[in-house]
Amino acid sequence: MIEVQNLTKQYGAKKAVDSLTFTVNDGEILGFLGPNGAGKSTTMNMLTGYISSTSGKALINGVDILDDPINAKKNIGYLPEIPPLYLDMTVKDYLNFVYDLKKCKIPRKAHLEDVCGLVKITDVYERIIRNLSKGYKQRVGLAQALIGNPPILILDEPTVGLDPKQIIEIRTLIKKLGKKHTVILSSHILPEIQAVCDRVIIINKGKIAADDTTENLTKNITTDHRLIARIDGAREEVLKTIKGISGVISVSADMEREKGVYDYEIETKEDADIRRELFKRVAARNWIILGLKSSEMTLEDIFLKITMDDSFELKMKKSSGYKEETASADEEKFSAEENSGKTADENSKEAEE
Amino acid sequence: MGAIFRRELKAYFTSPIAYIFITVFYLYTATYFVNYNVYYGLTDMSYVFQCAFNILMILLPLLTMRLFTEEKRQKTDQCLLTAPVNLFSVVMGKFLAATCVFICAIAVYAVYAVVLFGLSGYLAWATVIGNLAALVMLGASFIAIGLFVSAMTESQVVAAIISFIIIMFFFMIDMLSGIVQVEWLRTVMVSLGFYSRYAEFSTGLFSVPNIIFFVSIIFIFNFLTVRALEKRRWA
Repeated sequence: MIEVQNLTKQYGAKKAVDSLTFTVNDGEILGFLGPNGAGKSTTMNMLTGYISSTSGKALINGVDILDDPINAKKNIGYLPEIPPLYLDMTVKDYLNFVYDLKKCKIPRKAHLEDVCGLVKITDVYERIIRNLSKGYKQRVGLAQALIGNPPILILDEPTVGLDPKQIIEIRTLIKKLGKKHTVILSSHILPEIQAVCDRVIIINKGKIAADDTTENLTKNITTDHRLIARIDGAREEVLKTIKGISGVISVSADMEREKGVYDYEIETKEDADIRRELFKRVAARNWIILGLKSSEMTLEDIFLKITMDDSFELKMKKSSGYKEETASADEEKFSAEENSGKTADENSKEAEE
Repeated sequence: MGAIFRRELKAYFTSPIAYIFITVFYLYTATYFVNYNVYYGLTDMSYVFQCAFNILMILLPLLTMRLFTEEKRQKTDQCLLTAPVNLFSVVMGKFLAATCVFICAIAVYAVYAVVLFGLSGYLAWATVIGNLAALVMLGASFIAIGLFVSAMTESQVVAAIISFIIIMFFFMIDMLSGIVQVEWLRTVMVSLGFYSRYAEFSTGLFSVPNIIFFVSIIFIFNFLTVRALEKRRWA
């Protein structure tokens, strides 16, 4: 169990982390979500005792990380953003070193074999870490965190640099570990959080922007309903007809999909279900509905919305700052795209190997 | 501490650095030994002990420069500092590993002593042993200084140069004391001088205050290293 109270980290005038308060219960998998530079890694570094907090408290299984670091650290396995690997050692030497460093009590050989089996690095056990691919290095880093079976695992972007198959394996592994361990993992890959975590904390600019279960988060924030209907019919007429339905706030037509077929995006009031009415009216005019779907907000939309909303708030406070804010949000989006591109590249590279 | 000590020692001997260090040290001191003791036939090893000061001043910063700088650069310090060990044992592990390599190097003096004894049939063993003890203390002081500097920076080159400058300062300070008029300052400067304290041993004088002085230097710099690591955490 991790209890965090008003945790703050200040670098000069800049507050990297601004009074975070949250609790992670035993056996819970918590996802930390946020754009780059939001304070995810800083928070994790404070929880693991790598850096100290400016103010506030972090209790690891009831032990304050600053008051009694040694006992608190015994409970934690930590995989930092960059896995802390000694490149000149073999995997075997390195894991044995970590085993000694953590003063492990579990029988050595069996435990190391277990850990290597879990993260699937048994085949590179004798190799020098420098020569391993990024995916393997990441997994050796994960193995290092698992040594000693700590009840709490803190994983900073654990799937970076892995190929899709490995990503699925690691996610399954984390889910499995989550049954016995308390896990905090950070990521900016949203489907990952959605797939693995019970609960999500979205951090933006050092503050908690949202803290809820994944389902609730999706439910609560989807206040506006959107329908997308693909209709074969005269564009202007269709627009007019749809607007006539009660409960419709706005409607817009997308580009022409086929000849005379458009996608119409319909925004409706909350609790207004217009699907039946829509069908009747369209059928009455002898147009044809080729497709109808409600566009639910994904975690990605929520994430963007929350981080964008913040910049809107800022706009209210000081109008000059707004432009910069949106610009950085756009950059964030780009970097996310770049990242996904990169993993694709690496995948092909690994495949070649 | 044990884990860090073993890892560091292994790292020294899997990279060329320990071998280079030991080889250069052997070559340099052997030149003096062959010259003074074998060629001139002196049974007094004081020259061979004195010459070690200069070469260690250059070599030991090279041995200690990577101890903490590399940890920071490779981010492996995150592994050490988030493991359930206290900072003091991290520092001691590294300090002892470097000292161990250094002792491997100066072990050659035992060989010189045996060779000299075989050649001349006479050797002042007590002086040699006292000198060796002094040499260990001197080297360990240099290592403690180098270790401290490596905890302050992320660049190996900067660490080596600054350690060299600090050691140089302790080497020169009592020579400069002659130009200082203030009495108490001169006393301080003279008493901080590494070389005169070390050279005293090679005259055959085993001085306990000098040993205590070096032990204090070792303790102070290792303590400062722990504080430096702690400070980085709080920054």
